[in-house]
Amino acid sequence: MTETPTPPQRRSAHTSTRDLERYAGLFAERTKVMRSSAMRDLMAVTARPEVISLAGGLPDTSTFPPKSFAAQMTRIAQESAAEALQYGPTEGFEETKDCILQVMGAEGMLPDPEDIIVTTGGQQAIDLVCKTLVDPGDVVLCEAPTYPGAVPVFCSYQADVIQIECDEEGMRIDELEALLDRLADEGRRPKFVYSVPSFQNPSGVTLSLARRRRLVELARLHEILVVEDNPYGLLRYSGEPLPPLYQLDGGDFVVYIGTFSKILSPGIRLGWAVAPPPVMAKIVLGKQASDLCTSTLTQYFVHEYFAEGQWQSYIEDLIELYRGRRDTMIEALREHFPAEATWTEPEGGLFLWATLPSYIDTGDLLAKALRADVAFVPGQAAFVDGRGRNSMRLNFSGVGDDEIREGIRRIGKTIAEQVELYGTLTGEQPAAPKPVVADEEQGDVLPFRKAGEA
Amino acid sequence: MKVVVLKGGRSLERGVSLRSGARVEDALERLGHEVVPLDAGSDLVRRLNEERPDVAFVAMHGLGGEDGTAQELLEILGIPFTGPGVAACTRCMDKVLAKHAMREVGIPTPDFLAFNQTAFRELGAADSLSQLEQRLGFPLVVKPSRGGSSLGVKFAASAAEVPQALISAFSYDDRVLLERFAAGRELAVSVLGDEALPVVEAIPADGDSYDFEARYEIGRTSFVCPAELSESERAAVTEAALGTYRALGCSGFARIDLILGEAGPQVLEANAIPGLTDTSLLPQAAEAAGLSFEQLVERILDLALQPSAA
Repeated sequence: MTETPTPPQRRSAHTSTRDLERYAGLFAERTKVMRSSAMRDLMAVTARPEVISLAGGLPDTSTFPPKSFAAQMTRIAQESAAEALQYGPTEGFEETKDCILQVMGAEGMLPDPEDIIVTTGGQQAIDLVCKTLVDPGDVVLCEAPTYPGAVPVFCSYQADVIQIECDEEGMRIDELEALLDRLADEGRRPKFVYSVPSFQNPSGVTLSLARRRRLVELARLHEILVVEDNPYGLLRYSGEPLPPLYQLDGGDFVVYIGTFSKILSPGIRLGWAVAPPPVMAKIVLGKQASDLCTSTLTQYFVHEYFAEGQWQSYIEDLIELYRGRRDTMIEALREHFPAEATWTEPEGGLFLWATLPSYIDTGDLLAKALRADVAFVPGQAAFVDGRGRNSMRLNFSGVGDDEIREGIRRIGKTIAEQVELYGTLTGEQPAAPKPVVADEEQGDVLPFRKAGEA
Repeated sequence: MKVVVLKGGRSLERGVSLRSGARVEDALERLGHEVVPLDAGSDLVRRLNEERPDVAFVAMHGLGGEDGTAQELLEILGIPFTGPGVAACTRCMDKVLAKHAMREVGIPTPDFLAFNQTAFRELGAADSLSQLEQRLGFPLVVKPSRGGSSLGVKFAASAAEVPQALISAFSYDDRVLLERFAAGRELAVSVLGDEALPVVEAIPADGDSYDFEARYEIGRTSFVCPAELSESERAAVTEAALGTYRALGCSGFARIDLILGEAGPQVLEANAIPGLTDTSLLPQAAEAAGLSFEQLVERILDLALQPSAA
């Protein structure tokens, strides 16, 4: 770094503001809803190495044995180099679909391989579903809060996104029902309901069995699709497994999205979608236009990995690891978060959702927390309408127990300062400190409070 | 010439600073300078000592880079640098200091009151809130005294919203100000050397001047340069901006943000190191004055190396 190398032909970047205006005249309508903001700049600071980040959605890939990774890749290089370096079919390899069938089978699903497409991560599957189904102005329904990464996808297809409140049993299906009726009265048929039913990102809550049944019934009744995004289904740490929507529905009105990101690696960018044949035909065309095919090399890696027959025991290791971290985080929350705060206690997945007193804006709180070198995702990112300002998403999978404890301690201290200051400003006494409950999980389960509620 | 470009740092405006810095580096390279990019971290002084540049281009925004901290180090090391010195940085960064300085020389700025956390925590300042709300009226604007972009700036439409707005503002700084809301056109006057560049007007797309965040989202605010102003309006606005620039002791360049209302211009704040990204206002204004970005950067560098500039 003593001398900056001068790349010989570096483009004379962003020449002038006039240029920007010239390009702006070329931008598609949909770019107007793609937003950048001061808050996004703030998130750039969370990447500093000294920051304990509970903001990411990262699985812990450090436990994956480098030796077996090396062996698998070597085998590919020695035995299938030419094929692994070549294009592959748009739908993905049959061998990859076999692996997918194993994963879905572990949750009781048995789709027709013809209905499966291998995608570049689950994220591409969301994109392809929107590309296939959404015209500008079409109604898309999702949970409130919803997966923050889905919001920009919906927006870029100019969907009219309507969010449905959640409670501790997941999406309020009674509200969905009322909404569907109202929309029907207005002559509008939503294209789909997007849901992460198990250990939802960001809230951590799981849709109850009764609501699952009712949701697929409603989809059938109104002839709309449910897009079931299930990245964490196999990462259950407590409680009884629930059938996926796909299984309950049989696949007529459910488009299923899965991924290897959380059970193997997000870096390989390998996900999939399962859809009824007519929908799948269009998704394949969309995929062809997007990127022709999913990385052949990483599909080969997954074949090799599954051939070893250890994938389930790796998931068991992850479950062990993440269960511990979840418990550590909940314990730390009980110790360090003020009595005014509530949080969800997820039975699986990577996240929990904390709700603070309504006067605390977690975007501003993040600025303060960053001064203490700790980060989280402000809740607003999970809403399309500015709600969620007093909530936050906390990730417990990406960092170790010590960092979780310390991170939560720092955030708790930051919140406590704001609570105390508010008390001073308004003359209200903050609530008495919460007694630490030493009980097991069920001892102090706090309800999932609806965002925006006082 | 060997130019170190200081950027990044720990500030909350790190992202903007990195973009400003990258663009300045490009321009300096095209101008034929030897460019050393430097993300300001704990090794800053060591790196500066190693590099011994002819001049440092400070492209840092927010605390640490725009508040005089980096400038102080550069002065100690005897390295000439772009933009204002320590004193001006300190005054510009702190809106309370800046507004006092403006008031002293008769530059119109919206009426305000400032508090630090201690006043609330230990001296019972909360009891005075209703009085000051009476004085300022509603809506009022609550801002952290030291902070950049729109971060932590909140409107309070009624007394009930004030505590919450204060909590937000206190997230960024231990001192906050409550300011009377100034209605009018939003203008930015960039100053280069001792001259005012053409005025930029910010027009919120949806007419919502209460939404500060909109200003940072492309497409939600449009910028017009030069702003359509009558001759007397332009004169009043320019005079207020240049007066502020002098009162705060700025040098090299700065951007003065003001509101043009019925009673004339009211200065909100001065930015000691305004953004230099491709969507920033200073480069837009320079361009309207016929200066390319390279010419702007070269001029800023020249100003830093003038004997009087320090």
